[in-house]
Amino acid sequence: MRVAVIKYNAGNIYSVVHGLNRLGIEPVITDNKDEIQRADCVVFPGQGEAKKTMEYLRSRQLDSVIKGLTQPVLGICIGMQLLCDHSEEGETDCLGIFDTTVKRFIPTQQDQKIPHMGWDTLTDLHSPLFKGLQEDCFVYFIHSYYVPVTKYTIATNDYIHPFSAALHKDNFYATQFHPEKSGGIGEKIIQNFLNIVQNNA
Amino acid sequence: MSLAKRIIPCLDVKNGQTVKGTHFIHLRQAGDPVELGQKYSEENADELVFLDITASHEGRKTFTDVVKRVAAKISIPFTVGGGINELSDIDKMLNAGADKVSINSAAIRNPLLINDVAHHFGSQVCIVAIDAKLEKDGEWYCYLNGGRIKTERKLFDWASEVADRGAGEILFTSMDHDGVKHGFANDALARLSTTLPIPIIASGGAGSMEDFRDTFVSGKSDAALAASVFHYNEISILELKQYLKSEGINVRI
Repeated sequence: MRVAVIKYNAGNIYSVVHGLNRLGIEPVITDNKDEIQRADCVVFPGQGEAKKTMEYLRSRQLDSVIKGLTQPVLGICIGMQLLCDHSEEGETDCLGIFDTTVKRFIPTQQDQKIPHMGWDTLTDLHSPLFKGLQEDCFVYFIHSYYVPVTKYTIATNDYIHPFSAALHKDNFYATQFHPEKSGGIGEKIIQNFLNIVQNNA
Repeated sequence: MSLAKRIIPCLDVKNGQTVKGTHFIHLRQAGDPVELGQKYSEENADELVFLDITASHEGRKTFTDVVKRVAAKISIPFTVGGGINELSDIDKMLNAGADKVSINSAAIRNPLLINDVAHHFGSQVCIVAIDAKLEKDGEWYCYLNGGRIKTERKLFDWASEVADRGAGEILFTSMDHDGVKHGFANDALARLSTTLPIPIIASGGAGSMEDFRDTFVSGKSDAALAASVFHYNEISILELKQYLKSEGINVRI
């Protein structure tokens, strides 16, 4: 299976590469349009700041490449947020796959720390991405911005208020948490994504 | 709210081996960091911290090879620290596979570094570690270089400045409690945790499972870090988490 991991100016792209390696996949890490388009699936990883990341993607025309992909795509964290319409982080226009706005968490109590950081649970799971997983399983989150619950939501978490822990529309899947950092549960989610790719082929 | 309290084994690394000292000095061997890290990950540790404890003292750059080996093997988040002085060090660590970096002496020497890290890599990457000691005048003072050099910076002022500058978390080590195994500095921790908007990691003083409970309950800590109690099998992470859960603390099991 040809897996492309989009190379851009995000922190720690390699954690997702290592996660794939542990499942026996050697992905190609690339910002080359042809390589991305030729892949059986594309992982759009992330950790970073929305505005600078979008600027980077636009400067290399990767924005239109990502938008035009028809094979399964998995966006992770900032990768998920950039697939939305707009982000309040730097008031940035994003890729517009999911027509929703990424908002900043506003704490309502002192003990609600930002970023939302650490192990938290997944609820309302409804997607093949979560096949074999139990409600309330723990995954690793680290983010200060969130996507509200929308018609694309396939898993939620409740921090300050309910938000989208994962999204799905057509060939685009996305998780706010980091499956590649979520131990055995995360490994299962990545494997489920690869299974979706396999079934799609 | 279901965000779990985190248990974080810390592996102090010197020349590629895990070591642990009492009061930051007397060191003894405690094994291969990658092997230990993997063991902890399998036991449900929530994160790992690898500190190159000699780096800031000797001015050495950190241990990229250990970081790469850890990143390849371990599927939970890990932080690296020790000898992180500039953005290029952080870039190197993130490229080697680290999720976060912990900066300590360099942040005190050059506080702008915190702003730069937050700006370039995001706050979530930036843990500021603070080593402090309660002095006779009743104030906590921050120390540099692994506790070797006292500064005039006071803990609560510095912690608040660190948060303002964009740190994602604070790792607070009480030098008075570290290695003594009589519990964490919960009064200071509770004050940090209830006045600052970012997560606080308690470090220094873990001796029993009750100490962990206390730092979550009375210290209001978001996470607790310990080394020797885990390295020498005095406390098993699995048992610790079961105990904490039975005490009504939300942990990931």
